[in-house]
Amino acid sequence: MSADVELQNVSVSFGNFYAAKNVSVKIEKGEFFSFLGPSGCGKTTLLRAISGFSDPSDGNILIGGQNMAGIGPNKRPTSLIFQNLALFPLMSVADNIAFSLEVRGSGKAERRKRADELLELVALSGQGDKKVHELSGGQRQRVAIARALAIEPEVLLLDEPLSALDLKLRQKMRTELREIQKRVGITFIYITHDQGEALTMSDRIAVMNQGELEQIGSCNSVYEAPNTPFVATFVGENNAFYGTISAVDGDMVNVSAIGNNFLAKAGDLGEGRKHTFKKNDEVIMFVRPESIFLKDQNNQADNIFTAAVKTVEFEGNLKNIYLSINEKQDVRCSVSNAVDTMDLSNSKNVELKFSSRDAIVLPVGPLAVD
Amino acid sequence: MNYFFNKNGPLISTYLLISIGFWIVFLIVIPQLYMLDLSFRPNIPPLLRGGPDDVYTLVHYKHFLFGSETSGESYNYVDIGVFLDTILTAILITLINLCFCYPIAFYIAKVASPNTARLLIVSLIIPFWINELLRSFALRILFAGEGFINNVLIKLGVIDTGINFIAMDVALYTGLNYAYILLMIFPLYNALETLDKNQLEAAEDLGSSMIRTHFRIVIPHAKAGIASGCTMVFMLTAGALATPVVLSSPNTFWFTQLIYQWFNMNDNWPRGAAYSIVLLSVSVVFVLLMMRIFKVKIGEIVR
Repeated sequence: MSADVELQNVSVSFGNFYAAKNVSVKIEKGEFFSFLGPSGCGKTTLLRAISGFSDPSDGNILIGGQNMAGIGPNKRPTSLIFQNLALFPLMSVADNIAFSLEVRGSGKAERRKRADELLELVALSGQGDKKVHELSGGQRQRVAIARALAIEPEVLLLDEPLSALDLKLRQKMRTELREIQKRVGITFIYITHDQGEALTMSDRIAVMNQGELEQIGSCNSVYEAPNTPFVATFVGENNAFYGTISAVDGDMVNVSAIGNNFLAKAGDLGEGRKHTFKKNDEVIMFVRPESIFLKDQNNQADNIFTAAVKTVEFEGNLKNIYLSINEKQDVRCSVSNAVDTMDLSNSKNVELKFSSRDAIVLPVGPLAVD
Repeated sequence: MNYFFNKNGPLISTYLLISIGFWIVFLIVIPQLYMLDLSFRPNIPPLLRGGPDDVYTLVHYKHFLFGSETSGESYNYVDIGVFLDTILTAILITLINLCFCYPIAFYIAKVASPNTARLLIVSLIIPFWINELLRSFALRILFAGEGFINNVLIKLGVIDTGINFIAMDVALYTGLNYAYILLMIFPLYNALETLDKNQLEAAEDLGSSMIRTHFRIVIPHAKAGIASGCTMVFMLTAGALATPVVLSSPNTFWFTQLIYQWFNMNDNWPRGAAYSIVLLSVSVVFVLLMMRIFKVKIGEIVR
């Protein structure tokens, strides 16, 4: 597969401020690729650079192998879906969708035919004569997608288009977006700060922080094998134990933290390599809340520690148990709501366990602030 | 009404009602009704008013249409000519004004940075601190036979002898265009300011040229502002007096100058009133007609 969109050392700066710093990515044809990061991490800046609304101050953007420098947004094979959708409020739904055909001088009948085809694609058949404001939020979303697809772009760029929808609709639209992408088979580049969105829809995710790429990989690898403390804490929930290496045995390391000695595995560095550590290195060990179990649960574990219960929070399918080790280290443990937590009263010391396979050790670095 | 009082409190409500009521009744309705009434009365000395000769008559409107009974013409070609000339010129000036102001308003509203926009707005307003008469005379100096523009053109060798801008009414049109420019720019600016910039980018992204984006997206969005600006400029241009007095050529006559003559020089207030009413009603009918054609509602204009 050839790279459809390639960013080569792309930087975008505003004065002294770098909104994006030295970003290199190869996005393959037909891929659903997401840029994930907190607001202000530079992901929208990158999207605007790809669409042609701003120019990179450094580096190249290639689409289909062609350098896009000096080519305006109306000449690029990309189509952008704006965060607020930017539908034209004074035009009918069909006119919105066929606007790009109107621009190219297509006749009325042809425009109508194409609009109807696209309306069918996004499951809005028969709604072409309505005004935009007569549609619901989800329907508008689909009109925006249809309008963007009307120019038959090679790459569809989406700037957090689901952020204005409520939770249920957002979840439904995720599935729909993914289905539409499979049907049309073009590259989707999706921008979001919502890791749930990125994880459910994407083939690959690029996690960004402060203008720089932290990690590129499949949803699984970003979640299961974070390369940096930022990724470990931004994607999903994580417990971070600060400690030092007390012993190294191949990929497995011993970490001494808050009076305990834990066995854990060295984190990935990317490209198949692992972080290497030596004795007394300062590290952070990450264990996800769903990988920590109460001692009497039926799960394999080779690390056991004691912590005092602070609160138990009911979250529907899960219960979150908040604990503390010697008032120094907060620990969060998520268990299925089938687990009996009746006897977990406040300040009670309980034994917890986790497997060394679920504990990832990374060098000290900034966490995602929440 | 109760709601209004509850919302604003008795003091503010009373103040608002009285002040707005005063404004509408004493400053607008009563004088205009008086004018309307006057326009139907004969021009007789004050002593005879209320006497047997003081009866409602259409004589002044007849005069506007058919001229004085002693003239041999079947219609009052002179006055009607001046009237049509004034209306048509006002329409033309309104259109020129719109074409001239739209790019400026768009630039200030959507292109310029906030600081530049503020600077531009201020520099548009400041010249209007100078009063209208003075501005008109300044233009007269600029356009005069031996004025600044002619001198420069002659020095540059573009022309040999001065162009008579005043006689060609170039000075008048320039002056009228300039006089009400703010009343066009600000409604346009207000309307354009509310346009979401993403709309422009979306259109561009879909391949639209700048001109098409303006005709399909921007102008429809700004329609109410355009209507508001055009209405004000048209009304004020058709009713302008100072600028035409100073800048028109000796053989161009603005309809307001006629009205002024009836009131002041000929001391015939009823006829002046009748001519005013003709100007007012034709202007209003024209504006309403335009609004109907371009499908603008009166509520949108003041939005």
